[in-house]
Amino acid sequence: MFRNQYDTDVTTWSPTGRLFQVEYAMEAVKQGSAAIGLRSRSHVVLACVNKAQSELSSHQRKIFKVDDHIGVAIAGLTADGRVLSRYMRSESINHSFTYESPLPVGRLVVHLADKAQVCTQRSWKRPYGVGLLVGGLDESGAHLYYNCPSGNYFEYQAFAIGSRSQAAKTYLERRFESFQESSREDLIKDAILAIRETLQGETLKSSLCTVSVLGVDEAFHFLDQESIQKVIDTFEKVPEEEEDAGEGEAEPEAATGAAGTGEQGCSGDQDVAPMEI
Amino acid sequence: MTFTVPIDNGDSVRIAEEESQRTLYPYVTGTSIVAIKYKDGVLMASDMGGSYGSTLRYKNIERVKAIGKHSLLGASGEISDFQEILRYLDELTLNDNMWDDGNSLGPKEIHNYLTRVMYNRRNKLNPLWNTLVLGGVKNGKSYLGMVSMIGVSFEDDHVATGFGNHLARPILRDEWHADLSFEDGVKLLEKCMRVLLYRDRSAINKLQIAKITEEGVTVSQPYSLKTFWEFSSFHNPTAGAEGSW
Repeated sequence: MFRNQYDTDVTTWSPTGRLFQVEYAMEAVKQGSAAIGLRSRSHVVLACVNKAQSELSSHQRKIFKVDDHIGVAIAGLTADGRVLSRYMRSESINHSFTYESPLPVGRLVVHLADKAQVCTQRSWKRPYGVGLLVGGLDESGAHLYYNCPSGNYFEYQAFAIGSRSQAAKTYLERRFESFQESSREDLIKDAILAIRETLQGETLKSSLCTVSVLGVDEAFHFLDQESIQKVIDTFEKVPEEEEDAGEGEAEPEAATGAAGTGEQGCSGDQDVAPMEI
Repeated sequence: MTFTVPIDNGDSVRIAEEESQRTLYPYVTGTSIVAIKYKDGVLMASDMGGSYGSTLRYKNIERVKAIGKHSLLGASGEISDFQEILRYLDELTLNDNMWDDGNSLGPKEIHNYLTRVMYNRRNKLNPLWNTLVLGGVKNGKSYLGMVSMIGVSFEDDHVATGFGNHLARPILRDEWHADLSFEDGVKLLEKCMRVLLYRDRSAINKLQIAKITEEGVTVSQPYSLKTFWEFSSFHNPTAGAEGSW
């Protein structure tokens, strides 16, 4: 990205038909720490890396419960994310009050997207600088959506946003075909493994990540540290057997990180090939 | 309605105007609705009369209407308010259909929406003068509920409005049971409607029975019940008390 004369205003088009302010807002999403979402037919798992401003502070909350049947993970300007979560909670509660019935997540996501679009077409506003991974249920089962600052939204089987999300995405791309029929436990495990990919060599500890689950018979809730650690232990006990996942850019990765992939530990999938660097 | 001679007092004109905007009495009214859950869904019966005070003025009013794919709404009370409610629901179901996303409003959602509407109007001292019966089936589950003009709302296996509260409910309490067949359900409703026909002066002998199941809504053609007037006590009703009726 480089500065040019068409990027001051969100309401100024560039000659090539781009709105640079919107694109810059999407860059802000990439600066936030990673957030990951995956879904099966009946469950959605949202996970994120706990990033703290400094050693002295606690980490920022990036996953929010919107309702029993909807959760959201954010990456980017967390303040914008908090405001949007409040909006989502408000919409959800208003719908529940009027209809005594949960708001279908597909409709919530459209309301969110329309709200974001407004900010791309008013000269006195700016786009929201946060990407939202919205997981939830509606009549047709579990869904995962990504809402971006441009006002677009997409449905995904699995997705990752934020810094070093490419590593997670590559992992998810290899595995996503099995997610639809995955069990809840496998889905959680895949989420934590995807988080590990973004850590680039740091040891994966339960204190470093937050994981949340919701499902057809399960209200949205966070997993406690113990349960996360248990899942980590199932694949971390075998010392490294292969290199870690590298970034999308071909940066040579010298170290084989402490987070080795004990492939035999992973249930179901014996033949995960070592990542090409 | 209060009228004050508007001598240089803008307020009283405004208040008089506001007063005249509130519903104070119903004008054209429908009488009872009786509805029950049965094996495949819900059955609802109503007659087709619209009374103008004590005159039975309109004899072809449909007081039971299908709402969306999954619900049936019956109303007693002010007919014009019923029509207004149908317009609200029309808008609601239209917007729901426009989403086109596989989700749809079921009877529970519509019942709760109506409860909100009725209660809010009541709070503004401007009620919709109806008692509504909402029945429906969605995903195999039957639903039957009622909302009154002051916003009292509840669900039950069998409901009745107006005179039906007094005449039909005792019959339903004794004779309703779960998993009635269609024929038994209709017989039960006809029994209630016959009693109402004999004893409710605003009932007419032209009724419709509507049925809603998972497949959808069917409203029967209007028909009439057989009545029997040859009871011996009808022959000389004042035999025991000359001068009475």
